[in-house]
Amino acid sequence: MTAKTATSASDSVSARAVAALSGVKSEPGITKPDEILVAENINRHFGGLVAVDVDRLSVQRASITALIGPNGAGKTTFFNVLAGFDTPDAGTWRYENHELRNKAAYKIAQLGMVRTFQLTKVLAKMTVLENMRLGAQRQLGERILAAPFPFAWSGQEEQVTERALTLLRRFNLYEKKDDFAGTMSGGQRKLLEMARALMTDPTMIMLDEPMAGVNPALTQSLLGHIKELREEGLTVLFIEHDMDAVRDISDWVVVMAQGRIIAEGPPASVMRDKAVIDAYLGAHHDEELTKSGESLTQNKKAKST
Amino acid sequence: MIKRVRVALLALLIAPLLSLSPAVAQDAPSGPAITGTLESPGGEGLAGVSITVEGNGFSETVTSNEAGEWQVILPDTGAYQVTLDVSTLPEGISLTSEDRAVTSATVISRERPKRIGFPLVEGDAPAAVGGGGTIGGAGFWGQAAQLTVDGLAFGLVIALGAVGLSLVYGTTKLVNFAHGELLALGGLLAYFFSVLVGLPILVAIPVAVLASAFLGGYVQNLVVWKPLRKRGTGLTALLVVSIGLALFLQYLFLFLFGGRTRILPGFAGQAGINIGPIAVTPRDMIAAVGAVVLLALTFWWLGKTQSGKATRAVADNPALASASGINVEKVITTVWVIAAGLGGYAGIMFALSNGVSWQLGVQLLLLIFAGVILGGLGTATGALIGSLIVGVFIQLSVLFIPSELKYVGALVVLIIVLLVRPQGILGRKERVG
Amino acid sequence: MDWGQIFVISITAMVGSTTIIYALAALGLNIQFGYTGLLNFGQAGFAAIGAYSVAVVTATLGQSLWLSIFIGLIGAVIFGLILGIPTLRLRADYLAIVTIAAAEVIRQTVRSVSLNEYFGGSDGITGKYAREFYSFNPFDQAISWGPIQFNSAQASWITVVGWVLIGLIVLLTWLLVRSPWGRVVKSIREDENASRSLGKNVYFYKMQALILGGVVGSLAGIYWAIDAQSVQPDNYSSRFTFFAYTILILGGAARVFGPVVGSIIFWFILVFIGESLTQLVATGIIPDTILRSDQIGQVRFMLVGLALMLLIVYRPQGIFGDKRELALDDR
Repeated sequence: MTAKTATSASDSVSARAVAALSGVKSEPGITKPDEILVAENINRHFGGLVAVDVDRLSVQRASITALIGPNGAGKTTFFNVLAGFDTPDAGTWRYENHELRNKAAYKIAQLGMVRTFQLTKVLAKMTVLENMRLGAQRQLGERILAAPFPFAWSGQEEQVTERALTLLRRFNLYEKKDDFAGTMSGGQRKLLEMARALMTDPTMIMLDEPMAGVNPALTQSLLGHIKELREEGLTVLFIEHDMDAVRDISDWVVVMAQGRIIAEGPPASVMRDKAVIDAYLGAHHDEELTKSGESLTQNKKAKST
Repeated sequence: MIKRVRVALLALLIAPLLSLSPAVAQDAPSGPAITGTLESPGGEGLAGVSITVEGNGFSETVTSNEAGEWQVILPDTGAYQVTLDVSTLPEGISLTSEDRAVTSATVISRERPKRIGFPLVEGDAPAAVGGGGTIGGAGFWGQAAQLTVDGLAFGLVIALGAVGLSLVYGTTKLVNFAHGELLALGGLLAYFFSVLVGLPILVAIPVAVLASAFLGGYVQNLVVWKPLRKRGTGLTALLVVSIGLALFLQYLFLFLFGGRTRILPGFAGQAGINIGPIAVTPRDMIAAVGAVVLLALTFWWLGKTQSGKATRAVADNPALASASGINVEKVITTVWVIAAGLGGYAGIMFALSNGVSWQLGVQLLLLIFAGVILGGLGTATGALIGSLIVGVFIQLSVLFIPSELKYVGALVVLIIVLLVRPQGILGRKERVG
Repeated sequence: MDWGQIFVISITAMVGSTTIIYALAALGLNIQFGYTGLLNFGQAGFAAIGAYSVAVVTATLGQSLWLSIFIGLIGAVIFGLILGIPTLRLRADYLAIVTIAAAEVIRQTVRSVSLNEYFGGSDGITGKYAREFYSFNPFDQAISWGPIQFNSAQASWITVVGWVLIGLIVLLTWLLVRSPWGRVVKSIREDENASRSLGKNVYFYKMQALILGGVVGSLAGIYWAIDAQSVQPDNYSSRFTFFAYTILILGGAARVFGPVVGSIIFWFILVFIGESLTQLVATGIIPDTILRSDQIGQVRFMLVGLALMLLIVYRPQGIFGDKRELALDDR
């Protein structure tokens, strides 16, 4: 994984992703040309409350898909189910060729589908570098019988460290490498968590509100990092409330409300969708608010502050 | 045919203060020996009681000295039979049951004398809650019926402890390893007020329950737990604190009350009332009714009253409850007072039939945990039902296993239940890992 | 009052058998609780398995001591599996309750009258069953070192072996916790969902830590059984576990030398207090009405309970620890 910064390259990859999705109709559950993840009939309720009731979701490979929706729409619960952190009451989902139902969370991560958390889970009492090293997969030194013999794993540890330092440089965290992760700001923690997830060498990365609580100065670089992931061929599925960010980086937007997927499509058209605006603003909204996504964004921002 | 079940009270009555370090030398007689101390429930030594030790072609009869102590030096290690001559006991003192007059002793050590205890009570032999009682009726089903009734009574003792533990856990998320000491406190306070202060037992019991609720609930919360909550001490640390507290309180009780098991005075005739194959003493019946009333009051409070509803709200979501104007600290104080009151009564109920020692809490704590887990951690109803099941299971198990191993059986079942159904019988399924 | 004698006894206790036994038990807990965050309250059960394996296999069954040690270690592995399988997927407090219950099951089983012929009931088993070990004793007389004076050549030998054993386990712990394996278990202690999201099989690592710590705990029992050539069931009550916790927290959890330092200090203080009080009572400086000689043990245990509470609240990082490296976490 090397950092690519040329904007032209970025544009072309973005254009390709958009092109791949251009023929796809904007309707909930529609099949994508090159699916990496397909979920069907996922149902999760807590007592009488239905949290998730998704008929179908299909995610296009090497694209950035945003999952949006009002608070309490069930986005995070859906995320937890997909990543194996929660068990649905019904449903099946498939990633590449792997059936994921009844698969433990760690196995899903090992398959290359890795997630981050809304409330970051950096390990505060470990250094930034140790956090990064933890992400690497198939480490010999993680086996208890090899662990007491440093000569068995020190070579691999050096490679892991090298990779970690490269990623830290790319995410502007290199200077922090020996600090305890607990000393970092909220935005830096988001960055670290994303970098650490990349240490697992994933094919698909699921980000739960990567921009939440990040100061505006960092937001742009975070968006840049996410776009870079797509350039490297990674699939990104992310939950976000910030509509500017969603419009800026995503190739496809899926909208959830009350546990269901109510709409999906390219960002520009979805944000004009009547069902979406209804979901955000209630059924009887003022007509002028729908002109563009602008007022919608402002509304969300007001809501989140 | 009336069959009596052996009671595993021995450990309880000897209440051994064991040497801690392997290096500590015992002040031992030369050669193998059997020894013991005979004391009245009030703690006075019983002199002039004759005891015979027989076996391996050896026989010797000794009488106890002024302090109630007796000792027989043996020719060799091996199995011996020890018989207490009941007719030599002083007026008003008897064994808990007559078959306890003969006991077997296997002497292994040449350095440490084997200690033998005899369970003595004032008046006639009572039936024991949780210690196995008199089994009336004929045959297997008669025994089973009797044991079920005994088990329900024992289950009530566990339930009183378990509901309190559950309430405290629900509101504070504290897994309190010092909860057993609340039961010991109740039993010891009842002994204090009835025997040492001299109150009639029927007055001493409510006084002891109130004193338990105040000392074990209000004061404990104020001195130990409230400051720790204010400091924001983590749950693991709180759990370790409760262990330190349990250790401290146990040895404080031992320091204050000594190592003996004390018998509470009875308050009703000990003659069993026979209902079909089942024999119950009036005292046990009254004690059980008291337990049922206390539990009913607790559930009424939890379900119907304003403060009970507030308690459930705090258990559900403390932050939300606090935000909606509930005084969380006040709720927690109330819960502690109620838990300590229930625990105190549980200790007294157990002590009425089994006596009370500083180790009462240790004996019952794990069974309380078993009841709570069986019912599902954190629900009061679950704790009640789980405890009754544990009580009945323990008593019925003596039909199949030696009675001294019945607590072991209950704990093994606890582990198996966790394996099969970790959320307990009533608990909600919850994914925690 | 003979302060000189009190000091000699206390200092000798710092390196003596009891210190070694509890240091071993606490070293096991350090792997489980200190580094992985597992609340094992059944360390006494692991130790009892080690001790009784030695005594039963040699004294009752007449087999070799080395075989008995092997059985003790295997027994600890099996015990760890039995405890871990139902509980390691559940919240931490379940493990605490199940382990303390299982340790009690073992203690009550071995002290039961019905199994007297195998385990010796409440008296346990005593005999010269560790001859095989003592036949390797290179010392022909008691050794002494400064004020420390061992009772016999036999005591000298077992003590030296004990400290070598501690040294090996400290080394193993040190190697493990600075390896990637150590990184994983520490991440589990802090946030097991984070480890899971990075593809770590949390359940498996917890099981490894539980079993490894349990095996070290069983070594404590094995050592005790060989040292005393005697096992008694009530030595393996939950008090054993609680003392080991106090020692661990005193010396500093998640510090490689924490359990060793903790055990040395703990037993120095406990023996010092015990000896001082004994002399104070014996010479009448403390009158009988305040403290009888048989109550000295009780006072010591009360102090241990108090110390455990105060340490975990005010010095959870141990008496020498650095607050920033605090390993015990708020859940």
